[in-house]
Formats: sequence, structure tokens, C-alpha cells
Amino acid sequence: MRLQLKKIMLSNILIRLGIAGIFLYEAIRSLLIPPYSINLLLKQILFVGARSVLVIVVAGLFVGMVIALQFYDTLVRFGSISLLGSAVGLSLTRELGPVLTALMVIGRTGSAMCAEIGIMRIDNQIDALECMGIDPHRYLISPRILAGILCVPILTAIFIVVGIFGGYFVGVILFDVSAGSFFQNMNDAVLNRDLCMGLTKSIVFGLLIVWISCERGFNLHLDKSGAYGSEGVSRITTEAVVISSITILFSDYLLSALIL
Amino acid sequence: MVKRNTENVLEVSELNTWYGDRKILSDINLSVSRNEIMVIMGHSGSGKSTLLRYILGLEKIKEGIIKLLNKEVAKLSKDELYKLRKRIGVAFQSGALFNSMTVGENIELPLHENTDLDENTIKIMSRIKLELMQLSGTESLMPAELSGGMLKRAGLARAVIMDPELLFFDEPSAGLDPITSAHLDNLILQLRDTLNMSIIVVTHELESAFKIADRITILDKGEIILVGSKEVIKKSNDSRIINMLERRAISNPLDAKDYLNRLTKK
Repeated sequence: MRLQLKKIMLSNILIRLGIAGIFLYEAIRSLLIPPYSINLLLKQILFVGARSVLVIVVAGLFVGMVIALQFYDTLVRFGSISLLGSAVGLSLTRELGPVLTALMVIGRTGSAMCAEIGIMRIDNQIDALECMGIDPHRYLISPRILAGILCVPILTAIFIVVGIFGGYFVGVILFDVSAGSFFQNMNDAVLNRDLCMGLTKSIVFGLLIVWISCERGFNLHLDKSGAYGSEGVSRITTEAVVISSITILFSDYLLSALIL
Repeated sequence: MVKRNTENVLEVSELNTWYGDRKILSDINLSVSRNEIMVIMGHSGSGKSTLLRYILGLEKIKEGIIKLLNKEVAKLSKDELYKLRKRIGVAFQSGALFNSMTVGENIELPLHENTDLDENTIKIMSRIKLELMQLSGTESLMPAELSGGMLKRAGLARAVIMDPELLFFDEPSAGLDPITSAHLDNLILQLRDTLNMSIIVVTHELESAFKIADRITILDKGEIILVGSKEVIKKSNDSRIINMLERRAISNPLDAKDYLNRLTKK
């Protein structure tokens, strides 16, 4: 009985992964085949990127400040406050920048995408697109995926730069660390490899967030585990946020292990 | 009645569908000629909307054949199916307009996505269709600002914007007041007569069905019980059709003991 239950659970997971895989294949296929719609892409860049800048700036500033505060408190015990700049730079570039930006984008954009597409599914709007001869993958998903891949790295860069200034404010202005040593040490410690790691992570995270969020909304009708209407939209939105967040943290470890 | 062309725009043969283990449609055979208005009727849960979804290729056919505009739907590739769908129009029950776009943008969408027409031509075509639906001046409104009847007519304007050969309506009169409903019926007849469209209407509104139909198909529990002209339907001796035409409730004589047993059964 237990073995049978395990088999059913495993087959359900495999089916869901298969459906998600086909969904991504269709979206990427539509992305590569003309015609391309620049208007749809710009609309999504505005939503995923431009409208997320403020929240990313605020988050980056406070994260940079708190990192500087924590590192200052630790480094001062060892008399190595000159290393503050490199500690802030490395932690933001390699880990905190990509991961926290991704988590902010999940909360602001991923959840909204999932709910919007889920509502379109229950209101027959996706069926209407199909009946008009418009491929919903090309019209709805591909521009979002491309916008995610383009915008999340840029948002990550903004997060890192603002975070460094937050660290500068706490370290140099509040605790009198030398500005020259702060930036010189950061310049020496942060290598191109670290920037590439941050960039690679943010590109992968951008793809994962949009893929998971859109797939959950788009395939709402295939999910037989609960209600279909408004309750269904609320359930899959929560699911999308939880699955995206866990996937980001897991893939962060995986990418770090692969690149280091 | 308009004289019909004998060419079929839709042919359904031996269609059987299931939802899990539950059979939804059984041995469906149906054909619709060019320039004909076919009304598919039946009470709620009889399988009308499911049949429509299979005809439109929104569900995968497991058993049976559906030929839409002489193309077998199940054998078409994804791109071929999209190409075929550009020749049909579908007006959904809720209108299915995109909430983030204005009414005008909604109606222009198929032309923007499927044609190379310039912006001015698209705007003119959209205004013509809006006027036909008596919705002039609503271009810049959002769907949330329209009433139920206006939403349906806007959905219909979008469905006919590409001048389709075959038009599908899902419950056009449901939830509408008698005047709006009558207006929609006239509009359906006008579309058939002026634009030579073949029209398939899924409904359970008797009055509307008898006003617009050339032929009526009656579904009951997933089976076609009769296909014929309005006269044939009216003359039918089938008790299920008589019940429907006379709006009689289906009465199940209740046995108290049996009812109690059913309720207390573990």
C-alpha cells in the first residue's frame, strides 16, 4: 500500500515536471520563431524591470547598510576594518545581490504574473487567444521570459551598486573607515569571476522565476488537486511563490558549487 | 429560411469523450452546411460546451473525427490549427475580453496579431464592427466599465473582426434581458444574411433557438437525441424533448424508505 502510494506520488511529480518542461519548450520555441513583437516585450520590461527599481533600490540600500554594520562589528574585533569594503563587495556580488533581488522579484512580479495568467485561464481568455489563432505561449509567455532574463540581471546590478553605497554610508560616513581603503580593498577582492558568478546566477534566476510563475497560472486547469476558480488562483499563486523561492535557494547552492 | 449550400463546414463523426472514467459525449454525429445556423440545445450538463471545446480543438480527441472547414482537427499540427482558427470566430459566454486592454484594443487584437494591415485600416474596421454591435463610442472604455450585454457584444465584435467563415456562440442570451437578447438574435441572423457566415450557437434558451435556427441539435446526457428543423423538433414525440419544449421539471417519484437508505448509507 505504502509502496503504491510512493509510486503514485513519484508519477505525479514526473508528470508535473514533464508538463512544466513542455511549457518551457513551447515558450522558448515561440521566442525563437518570428514574428517578434517588440511592443509586448517592452510592456513586460516596464512591468518586470522599470517598476521594480524602487523596491530594489530600497532593499539594496538597507541590505548594504546592515551587512556593513555586521561586518564592522566582527572585523573591528580582529583589527581588520580595512577589509570592510572587500567583505561588503564580495557578499553582495556573489550571493546577496542575486538571491535577494530574485526573492524581491518573486514577491513583486512572479506572484502578479501567476495570478494574472491564472485569472486569464479561468475567464477563458487563454482559450479566446487560441481561438483567434494567436499562440498564447508566443503572446503571453515568451515576452515575459525574455523580460525576466534581461531585467533580473540589471536589477541585480542596481541592488549591488546601491548596496555598496549603503555599506559605504555605514562604514565610511558613520564609522570613519577610510574611503580609499574601503574601495581599494573592494577593487582588489572582487574579481571578474565573482561578477560572472553573480551575472550567471541572476540570468538563471530570472528564467526560473518567470517559468515557474507563468507555468503555475497557465496550467491551472490541469491541476486537479483543488478548486479551480478564485480559490484555485490564490492556491497556485502561493504555490508559485513558495516553489520559486525554494528553487532559487536550491539553484543558488548548485550554481555556487559548480562555479567555485 | 435561407437556401443552404450543401458543402459542410463542420462534420463530427462518432465522437466519444471521457473525463477520467466518466463518459461525457457518446457517439456524436453532426454536420453543419455552409451558410446555415445550427443551434445546439440541451439542459445544463448535457455536454453542449464540451462538444464546442472539442470542435474548436481546445481538447484532444481520443475517439472520433472532427472536420472543421474540411480539415481534420486531430491531424493538424499546432501551427496548422492556428492557421485554421484564423478562419473562424468564437464569441464566449463571458465575452472573455482582456481586462488590461481597452474595448478598442481588444477588438483590434486579432488584426494586429494576424494581419499586416496599417493602424488606420485596423481602427476603421474595428469601428465598423463596433457600430454593427451598437457599441460606437466605447473604444476607449475598459471592459470593467461595460454591462454584461455590452461585454457579450464586444466579444462578438472581436469574434467577427476577421470576417470568419464560421462563427461559434457559447450561450449568447444567457443572463441578458429580453430586449438585449432579441437584439443579439437579430444580429446573428444579420451576420448570416449579410456576411454569409455559417453559425453554430450553443444555448438552452428556447425562444432564441427557435427564432434563429435553421436546424436544431438536441443533446441529452452527452447523446444527440434529435437533429432537425424547428418543425421536426416541435412535432417530436420524445418525452425528453416535450419536457424541454414545455419547460416541465423532471420529476422523480420519491420513495421515503429508499431516500432514507441513501442518506444513511455508509
